[in-house]
Amino acid sequence: MTQSASSGQKLRHMELGLSDEKAIDMYVKMVTARKFDERILLLQRAGKVNFHVSGVGQEVAQVAAAFALDRDHDYFLPYYRDYGFVLSVGMTVRDLMLSVFAKAEDPNSGGRQMPGHFGHKKLRIVTGSSPVTTQVPHAVGIALAAKMKKKPFVSFATFGEGSSNQGDFHEGCNFAGVHKLPVILMCENNQYAISVPLHKQLAGKVSDRALGYGFPGVQVDGNDALEVYRVVKEARERAVAGEGPTLIEALMYRLSPHSTSDNDLAYRTKEEVEFYRAKDGIPKYKQYLIDCGIWSEEQDEELLKAVRKEIDEANEYGDKAPFPAPESILLHVYADDEKGGVR
Amino acid sequence: MPAMDYIDAIRLAMKEEMERDEDVFVLGEDVGVKGGVFTTTKGLQEQFGELRAMDTPLAESAIAGVAIGAAMYGMKPIAEMQYSDFMFPATNQIISEAAKIRYRSNNDWNCPVVIRAPIGGGIFGGLYHSQCPESVFFGTPGLKIVAPYRAYDAKGLLKAAVRDPDPVIYFENKKCYKLINGDVPDTDYTVPIGEANVLREGDDITVIGYSLPLLFAEQAAEELACEGISTHILDLRTIQPLDKEAILEAVRKTGKVLIIHEDNKTGGVGAEVSAIIAEELLYELDAPIMRLCGPDVPAMPINPPGEKFFMLNKEKVKEAMRKLALY
Repeated sequence: MTQSASSGQKLRHMELGLSDEKAIDMYVKMVTARKFDERILLLQRAGKVNFHVSGVGQEVAQVAAAFALDRDHDYFLPYYRDYGFVLSVGMTVRDLMLSVFAKAEDPNSGGRQMPGHFGHKKLRIVTGSSPVTTQVPHAVGIALAAKMKKKPFVSFATFGEGSSNQGDFHEGCNFAGVHKLPVILMCENNQYAISVPLHKQLAGKVSDRALGYGFPGVQVDGNDALEVYRVVKEARERAVAGEGPTLIEALMYRLSPHSTSDNDLAYRTKEEVEFYRAKDGIPKYKQYLIDCGIWSEEQDEELLKAVRKEIDEANEYGDKAPFPAPESILLHVYADDEKGGVR
Repeated sequence: MPAMDYIDAIRLAMKEEMERDEDVFVLGEDVGVKGGVFTTTKGLQEQFGELRAMDTPLAESAIAGVAIGAAMYGMKPIAEMQYSDFMFPATNQIISEAAKIRYRSNNDWNCPVVIRAPIGGGIFGGLYHSQCPESVFFGTPGLKIVAPYRAYDAKGLLKAAVRDPDPVIYFENKKCYKLINGDVPDTDYTVPIGEANVLREGDDITVIGYSLPLLFAEQAAEELACEGISTHILDLRTIQPLDKEAILEAVRKTGKVLIIHEDNKTGGVGAEVSAIIAEELLYELDAPIMRLCGPDVPAMPINPPGEKFFMLNKEKVKEAMRKLALY
């Protein structure tokens, strides 16, 4: 690998403390998430899987945020579009495929939950549900545990801008502000809550909501990987220094329909989508790496081949893996139900 | 064995559990400096500090949700809802989150949270300081629900709830706080969740219930004994999961059963207890299953005659018991 530092110029990622290797790894995760997402869309259209909720257009911020956290100690409470995020904190394409096909081996839920409902205790990805923003108070509770146990980890939760209207968002922010807890809340503002555009969701700015809770709120271009990395890293430094929570509003655009059950052209135009597609952060970041001299079109082709192979293999594995035994739906209501402990 | 008020038994259980395990902590509105609006948590902040007897902002969904998050990390939070009437904003956190965390993660995550909430009327609390919301949560798999009547069980069930690896709702009866007094060992004991308890042995009729109304049943049974009516009383103690065997055994004993609770009749715990009895031993019954519950109105009023009309009392329970005995 070419060392960018050899060019003699201090590069943005180096200034932020990101090695060339890490900077490239970020790109690999973005591309993997994008290609995975596109594959599932195909699988759904081909009738192989029932449902997909996409994160296309949001991967850059997701991956950059993950890389700015302590991926060995922090706790993660992602929302349902965060494929790029979970891939960056240790989930594999195979894990995700097992979830998409709802197979027994799915580490998220054993084939119980819809895809995109992440959970993996070993990776400290906290199990999530479908009613939106319930994870914000959970993240605050985990941050409270960090404070009580005097542990230097943070909790990190994501959600959409529509979700920032939920009571749980506000109650969670307020609690975290009062007790100065080490939690980072990142809104992935993708401009739409299913069909309802931003201006009908809130009259102000998501990031300004932090002001009312006594901690900083910052807006960042979600298509600028290094800028997202910088603000999340700073938020983490503040959190572990006991300075409390940060709200980050990453601006982006949901390039896909809300889900495979949604016809987005009923409420937005093709032209609008194309306008934002041109601002996609992944090609921009690729160009940055090329400009730094640490990436090339040849390497990119190799990467795409490798990612395709990884997805193909995971796809086949997920497809062929067994479903859970039907009777297994009776298990894990309580801790002791396998032993017949609960009547 | 020291005799103790019900409220003191609850406080003692928290104190003992917090001394035993530093991961146990209490959070809620006014639970810290003030020691709770009923004094249930009095002295805990002095002994354990601000973090472990934590005054929270006034926001019930956050109290439950933050406790759930901490529990998923491995803490043992006891979240207090000041009145059960105010726990409805936290219902989504309790039903969509706490109850489903183990199940939805296929046994990867769990949520050992305790949610304490005072239930019941008879204190001139009006519509919103008197409710019994058991039936809202009853029938939600993944939750355990306890509702102690004796001081002994108040302590033992709370300690069991704290140690349980799954979410437990602990419905304490606010009228019982100072009214119910009984022997409470100062030793470290628990009362197993899921086990009912026979309060009184008898041969003629069976009364099944939980929480405050059992006091009326015990008083009535005493008086009816003079009339030659022998009453068997079963305290459910845990309302989810129900102790099916104990229910059936108690009914078999007499063949006549009265089910009592203060929560309104329709869709209440009594309906499920009745169904269990009807499914399992309908032909062993000597009388139709009888229920005496709160009326199907939204909640009890604050005016004294109206509140009295809503509440069960010794006379109402005694009348129902006599009627059943004479059937």
